[in-house]
This record gives sequence, C-alpha cells and structure tokens, in this order.
Amino acid sequence: MFYRENGQFKTTYKADQQAFVIPQDRWAIVALVAFAFLGVPLLVDEYMFRAILVPFLILSLAALGVNILVGYCGQITLGAGASMAVGAYAAYNFMIRVDGMPALAAILLGGLMAALAGIVFGAPSLRVRGLYLAVATLAAQFFWDWAFLRIKWFTNNSSSGSVSVADINLFGWTINSPTDKYLFCLGVLVAFSVMAKNLLRGNMGRQWMAIRDMDVAATVIGIRPMYAKLTAFAVSSFYLGVAGALWGFVNLGSWEPAAFSIDRSFQLLFMVIIGGLGAISGSFFGAAFIVILPIFLNQMLPLVGSLFGLEVSIALVSHVEIIIFGTLIVFFLIVEPHGIARLWATGREKLRLWPFPH
Amino acid sequence: MKLRKLAVTASLAAIGLSAALTAPATYAAEEQFFPVLAYRTGAYAPNGAPWANGYVDYLKLTNARGGVNGVKIIFEECETGYATDRGVECYERLKGKHGGATVVQPLSTGITFALTEKAPVDKIPLVTAGYGRSESQDGSVFGWNFPLIGTYWMAADVLVQHIAKKEGGFDKLKGKKIALVYHDSPYGKEPIALLQERAKMHGFEVSLLPVAHPGVEQKATWLQIRQNKPDYVFLWGWGVMNSTSLKEAQATGYPREKMYGVWWAGAEPDVKDVGDGAKGYNALAMQHGAEQGSKVVKEVLEKVHAKGQGTGPKDEVGQVLYMRGLISAMLSVEGMRAAQARYGKGKRITGEQMRWGLENIVLDQKTLDGMGFGGVMRPVQTSCLDHMGSAWARIHTWDGKKWNFTSDWYQGDEKVLRPMVISTAGKYAEEKKIVRRTAEDCKK
Amino acid sequence: MAFFLETLLGGLMSGMLYSLVALGFVLIFKASGVFNFAQGAMVLFAALAMARFSEWIPGWLGIESLFVANVLAFAVAVVIMFVVAWLIERLALRHLVNQEGATLLMATLGIAYVLDGIGQTIFGSAIYKIDVGMPKEPVMMLESVFEGGILINKEDFIAALIAALLVISLSIFFQKTATGRALRAVADDHQAAQSIGIPLDRIWVIVWCVAGITALVAGIIWGSKLGVQFSLSTIALRALPVVILGGLTSVPGAIIGGLIIGVGEKLSEVYLGPFVGGGIEIWFAYMLALVFLLFRPQGLFGEKIIDRV
Repeated sequence: MFYRENGQFKTTYKADQQAFVIPQDRWAIVALVAFAFLGVPLLVDEYMFRAILVPFLILSLAALGVNILVGYCGQITLGAGASMAVGAYAAYNFMIRVDGMPALAAILLGGLMAALAGIVFGAPSLRVRGLYLAVATLAAQFFWDWAFLRIKWFTNNSSSGSVSVADINLFGWTINSPTDKYLFCLGVLVAFSVMAKNLLRGNMGRQWMAIRDMDVAATVIGIRPMYAKLTAFAVSSFYLGVAGALWGFVNLGSWEPAAFSIDRSFQLLFMVIIGGLGAISGSFFGAAFIVILPIFLNQMLPLVGSLFGLEVSIALVSHVEIIIFGTLIVFFLIVEPHGIARLWATGREKLRLWPFPH
Repeated sequence: MKLRKLAVTASLAAIGLSAALTAPATYAAEEQFFPVLAYRTGAYAPNGAPWANGYVDYLKLTNARGGVNGVKIIFEECETGYATDRGVECYERLKGKHGGATVVQPLSTGITFALTEKAPVDKIPLVTAGYGRSESQDGSVFGWNFPLIGTYWMAADVLVQHIAKKEGGFDKLKGKKIALVYHDSPYGKEPIALLQERAKMHGFEVSLLPVAHPGVEQKATWLQIRQNKPDYVFLWGWGVMNSTSLKEAQATGYPREKMYGVWWAGAEPDVKDVGDGAKGYNALAMQHGAEQGSKVVKEVLEKVHAKGQGTGPKDEVGQVLYMRGLISAMLSVEGMRAAQARYGKGKRITGEQMRWGLENIVLDQKTLDGMGFGGVMRPVQTSCLDHMGSAWARIHTWDGKKWNFTSDWYQGDEKVLRPMVISTAGKYAEEKKIVRRTAEDCKK
Repeated sequence: MAFFLETLLGGLMSGMLYSLVALGFVLIFKASGVFNFAQGAMVLFAALAMARFSEWIPGWLGIESLFVANVLAFAVAVVIMFVVAWLIERLALRHLVNQEGATLLMATLGIAYVLDGIGQTIFGSAIYKIDVGMPKEPVMMLESVFEGGILINKEDFIAALIAALLVISLSIFFQKTATGRALRAVADDHQAAQSIGIPLDRIWVIVWCVAGITALVAGIIWGSKLGVQFSLSTIALRALPVVILGGLTSVPGAIIGGLIIGVGEKLSEVYLGPFVGGGIEIWFAYMLALVFLLFRPQGLFGEKIIDRV
C-alpha cells in the first residue's frame, strides 16, 4: 500500500539510472541516515555507543570492503584482518612520524597503504582460484601478524609491541566522547557507502561482477582480468585499511596485532555471507548480526537461567553462546544461503504487492 | 510464512535485547561493586579459571567476615576469553553497573594496555597484581594503574639475581647465555627491556625466542635451544604454552633444572600433566607459592566452601594461581578499607577515593598475620609515586608432585628498576601530554 | 651437519603429523566438495572424548589396567565420532547440497563453533592428559658418525609411524573395498555415481565417519604430545598450507605436502628465523605453499582445473 510504484514514471535515462530508483527507498534511506545522525545520539547511552554502535559502524565498513571483493568480484579472502592491520599500523606511523599530520589524512593514507599491500597479496589471484586462493590469502594474514609483532619500526620501537594514539582532532573538533566517536564513524561510513554504491553500479563494478560470474567468459568479452581483479583487491583493501585505522584510532585507542587476528578475518567473512554476498545492505545486516548476537546472548543467558532459578557460570554462558552462535550460522545458511539481504529483498517484494498479493 | 516468523523472532529478540541492555541500575548504599573480568573458556582457561576462583572466593570470604566495615561486596563476572576487544566490551558493560565499578582487574596485559587509556577518563583504578605494564609502577604518570607487588621488570630482575647468586656473583655472568622463550604478545615482551639492560651491565647474552599464540608449536624453538645450548632458559609463557615448553624441553633433553619461569609459568596446570618430566623446573613465586597450609586458605574452606558456596573445585583452593587471585582480591579490598578509613567507614566509596586507598595501603606483618596471610607474603606499602608497594619474590621448584620453595627472598634492585621506570613513564607522559602529579596532588 | 639432519628429521616428523590432519580435509573435500574447517574442532572433540573417558572409565568400571581403559575409551570415542559425523551430515550438510564453496566453508566454521562449545561444556576446558604409553625421553643416534649424535624424539617417530600406517590402511580401503570404490566414484562425479545406484547420503556419512576416525587418531597423537586443550583445534591452521600444497583432492598430496611443509618451516625457522626475529614458521609455510601454487594452481597432485565457457 505504502510501497507502490504505480504511477511513478521515469521520463529520462538519468532518472532511470539513479542510485535508488524508487522514491520510497530514497526517502527511507535519507530518513534513516538523518535518524542515525540526529536521533540516535539523543536516545542511547554510553555503553551502547562504545560497545555496540561504534564497533558496528567500523565493522560495517570493513564488511563492505570484504563484500566488494568476495561478493562483487568473487575472490574469497581470509586475509581481511591483515588489511585492517596494515591500515591501522600505517595510519599510526603517518601520525607519529609526520609532524602535524591531520588524523583524517593519516587514516586515509593508512587505507592507501592497505590498498598497496592488497595489490601485492592479491596478485596470486591471477593464477590461483577459489578455495586455493582463500587459503593462500591466509599467507597475508599470518605474514602481517608476524610483521607487526616482530618489526620494531612499525610499532615505533615500543617495548611491548602495543601502540596507542591520542585523541583525534578533526578541524578543531576533538573526538573523544562516545557520541563524537559515533558521529565521526557514521560520517565516514556514509561517505564510503555512497562511494561504494556508485563504484559498484559503474563501469568498474560491472567488470568485477563479470569476473565473479565467470572469469573466462569475462575475458572473452574483453575485460582484463588483471585490471579487474587487482582493482577489486585494491578498493577492498582500501576500505578495510580505513576500517582498521578507525578500529585502532577510534575504537581501541591502543592496540596490538591480536586485534586484527585471523579470527577477525573469519568474523568479517561471516558478516558478508550471513548478511548477503553482493549486496551493500548485506554488509550492514551482517555486521549488526555478528556484533550484536554474541553480546546479546552473553547477557541474555544468565537472565534466562535466573528465570529457572539457575545460576549460570560464565564458562557455561560462553560455551552456550558459541554453540548457539554456530547453530544460528548453520541455520541461516540453510534457510537463506543468500543472506539477510535476500530476506530483506523478498520482504520488499512482498510489501510492494501488499495487501493484494494477486 | 517463513518471513513472518523470522520477522516476529527478530522483533522479539530486539525487544529482549533492549530490555537486557537497559536493565535499571539498582544498588544499595552499603554495597560496593567489584567487576570480575575472567576467562574460563578458550586457550587460556586452565590458568584463568583458578585465578578467577580465588578472586571470587576472597570476595565471598570478605562478605562472610561481615564485609568491609559492614559494606558488602557484590561482584559480577564477565568472560573475556583473554581477547582484548572482548575485555574492553566487558569493562564497558560492567563499569556502570550497580552504582559503578570502583576497581577493575583485567588479568591480561593486552587488556590492561587498552584500558590504561580509559581508566583516567572513567576514574576507575586498574589493579594489575603481577602483570600489566611495568612502567606503570610510576604513579605520578600512571595515576590509575596499580601493578601491586610485582611487575615483569622486577620479575626478570629477580631471576637474574638468582642465577647470579647460583653462579657465584654478578661478575660470573659474563659470557653466559640466557634464552628467553616468550609468549609473543605485550605480556611476553615486557621483560625484554630489563634483560637487555642487565645484559649490558653484566655482559651476558640474551637470545629472544618468540612463541606464537597459543603456543602449541614450539619444535623449532627448542631445536634452536638445542643448537645454541644456552646456560639458562627463562620461560615467559601463559596457558598451554607452558606445559608445551616443558614437554619440548623433555623431548630435546634440555635440563629442566636450568629453566626458570615467571610467576605466570609456575603453577599447577603448567606442570601437572607433565608430571615427572617437569621435575626440577623452577619458577618465580610472586611472594606466595602453593599455600594449602595457610590460615586464610583454611578460613576460605571453612567459611565459603564448607557452606557449599565455593566457586571452583575444593582441591584447587590454595594452589598457586588460586592464591594469586585471592591475594589480588585481598589487595583491592584492603585498598577499599584504607579509603573507607579516610572517607567514612561503612560508606560506599567512589573510584577516586578507591585510588587514594590503593595508594595508601599499609599492610605490616601483624596485619597480614591477622588476616591469615602470615608466611604467604611480606608487608606491602604503596604510595602515590610507587604503585607497586613491594618488590619481594622467591623461587619455587616442582618436585614432580608439588611446588617447594628453594630460595631465599630476593628484592628487585631499585638501582636498576627505578631509572627505567622513570624514563619509560616519562616518555609515555610526553607522548600523551600528561603532567606529572605533584606531591600536592597526591594528597587529594 | 648433525644439527641440520636433526632439524630435517624433526621437520619430516612434524610434517607427518600435519598430514594426518590434512588427510581429514582431503577425504571430505574429495567426496563432497566441502572444505571442512571443522576438522580442527573434530580433532579437539575426539581428543577430549578420548582423554576424559580414559580418565572416567576406570572409576566407573573399577578397571585398574591403563591399557584396557585406553582401549575402552578409544571404542567410546570412535562411537562418539560416528555420532558426530552422522549428525553433521544429517542436520547441516545434507541441507546445503549444491551450495557454493564459500557458503559450505562458512557452514563448517559454524559447526566448528558448535563442536568447540559442546566439547568444552561436556568435557571441560582444563588441560587433560592422554597417556597411551608414548615414550617422552629423547634417544641419540649415530653417535659414532657425528659428534654428540643426532637427537631423535621417540614419540614423534612412533607418531609418524602410526600416521604412515593410517595412510596405508586408508589407501587399501579406498582401492580394494566396495565402499572405497563407491567413494572414489562419488568423488569423480556425483551424478554419474548416483545414476549407477550409489546412495550419496550414505556415502557422505561414511566419509565423515572416516574423517572422524582420522581426527581421533590425530587427536590422540597430538593430545598425548601436547596435552588435550582448546588450543589443539588451532592445529587445523597449520595443516591448511599442507592441504593446498598437496592438492585438495589428493591423498598422496596430503602426505608429500605435509613433508614439504614440515621440513620447510622447521628449516626456515631455525636457519632464517634468527635473522629476522624468529616466529616465522607459520607464515613461511603459507608462503611456501603459495609459491608452489603459482606454478601449479591446483596443488602438486590436485586435479587439473579446466575452464569451460
């Protein structure tokens, strides 16, 4: 009823090719973003910001990066955490080694370094494919894990190997309160999402998708696989690098390589697969699911236990938590292998017809 | 159909979630909240669990003794899995509960690093008894960190002193080779700075052998040890890495008598399933060892475990890591007592008051004896500038069945430690633009 | 020279142990196209079952003999692994037939979480001991040839022998029995196999059972060496480069790959490590595998990948 597109006619190509073709979508997105910027800071408390919203925003950005590579270009990666680490440490080094470096510039440069590293470690994708490539990307993961632990220069000779940064300053705006952090991350995420949306429906995105669907066929119609695959690696790593820098600068403040371990890589891959491969919204759904679910389970289970008069030990809680988490993942993959984004899409189709489905 | 079900489940879950997250914070005035960051699962559970049991048991004991001047302690555990990001989440989750946390013990050097930035903002002291960053002993820069009764620099210093004594003096150390087998994390790297400093002083050689998390793959490490034949091996491991090291030492025939572990590598879970293979292995005791015979342990058994309120298995009470948890809790509770003595007995204290209390802990031998810690530890006295309070340690050795003390007491050498602490803390202060606290500030 | 040989032998023997874990990957991938990330969790689960039952059984039945307790525990662990295998196939993978590789991989990661959780809930998360009487002390060999002799770890040597035995018996099973032939047929072509009357579901259950047994054997060997604890599940990550180097579909590949990786990483750690700060073996293994892959993208013995448009 509310979601009818009858009577909306496109009279120009431009109107037909815009990012959100249906006005309702467009307004919904604008309203959502406006709410996120203006409404949310008034509603939630500090814990919500620090423990859930900021991690969610940053990991959404990272998941977006993984989705570009895995969902749009079809190259499975298990080295996403490594790209984040490169971004974080590169940004750190720019920050401390260059006097007066603005934080935002350092973060973006960190992303750029991650992109370079991504190109180097993405190069084998020209030769190695599928699951072999997935395992091969672990080489990057373990290499960078090692490098940031071992090579003192990267950590500015910190004796513990842990590095930390002061609060970020952005054109006179010092980002230290949880609300500031939230707004800053949200701003970055919105900007990068718009960029991704446009990149993916343009020439480059189409090339990636052609490679994903069948790389030999794509080559036959004149797409250079080297160019397409390496740009996908570069762009994806750029996103991941920026996310990594934010994770270090904004979320953690001080970190060690373990913050970007292989578990992080798995987590990101989970996000895009649960969320939906090849859908930008999927990255957000997936990130929300993976960030919130464990915390939710962890807090709900003792409550559930106390309903039955049981005192649940934290060991049992975290065991049950990973059991339920794993089960839900398998369950989701069985019920909807294309992820939450597909569920959303199906729901939208139904809404368009509602309440007269026939 | 499917969709509707999912939508309903999702919205229910969302409601539940918001309910769980916004649970109202209720607290009574006579209660003090202690969050417990612990890990009972994952790769480090065998060592994390006994510590947490000891910690919680002491809090229960304090309540059984009638609280601190009548103020009961409430606590809540949160599982960190030894992972930094989960630890930070736990901290954020617990810090505001029950009227606010007043002391946090992260039990992980990594989490300590992350929280060092947050603690001054939230005004919650971090007690890191026997771990954390060594330079945080300098209370004038690290106002909120309390590495009570032991830092890793002190630990390494004592180990060097011990082998110097064995060799017959510091001058005999010249040309000796020491291998440091360490957990490749901020924790394992802490002692390196001190060992290198001491190596320069006495002319011995330190070789560094990192072991990647979780530490089950050490074959190459021990092959290198076999090749280099170091005179001593220092073991800076945690969790399953410790027992693996001992097994590999056995498999490569390195004498266990020449191996010295830090106090986190010298507990029952590390040696128990190696059994005879670990015979002769030495480890540092952070003052205490396994103390099944001590009065406080008997009191715990009687007042907590006999009532069926014990946190862990009964036979674990008094083991090394259990005692470490117990003592960590005791120090925090004593900090709280000191704060109450100044700010009002029988009243809730704030984080800032707690800090004052922790900076003014005075535990002489008589007080310790009175609390049942006689023979377990030595007197502790903290101050605004010295957040460690005591630099004593000794060595204990595994005889295949239990840990026995095999050395006298040693004290970390102030002449070596102090300049390092001051200069490293100074560097940190410069980086973070922290102004050192003055004597004036300390009185507040 | 003696030290070089020692490192080499050490590498070969850990390589053998890696290939034991890698075998589990290969078996399942060959028959069902699932890249089973839960193999590490299965190893842990099996080892936990074995360790705990050998501890519990003497108490329950009043048996004194360690040997009998171990045999009984082994039998129980085998049954448990069969049940686990059957449940995994029945509840999860059967519903995921024809999904993409990445989806299946993620599903097995989900299964790994579930197994880790259940295993630790039932059996506990402390360090447990598997005592099957493996000798722990080293022996010296060839002392007449080299000064100081070559140190051989007896335990590793026996473990390598067991691994070799397991591989031989698996090869016989695959080559000579009717089930083995059916398994190979399924591996070659699902549809063709089904059309001549081979029941796919049952074959998959069998494959998972066999993988469960290899997990158990790997779990016992690693567990008796290192103690049974959660960290055991991370050895799967050490076995991954072995799998891709040898080829995802090749049993001999897993063995040769294991040996190459084992030797490569130990040599690199011992001879290269000290110059760059140590701790390089894990990424070196992956890099080594990657270098091989650049020349043979399907691994050393994998089936050639043929592209058709």
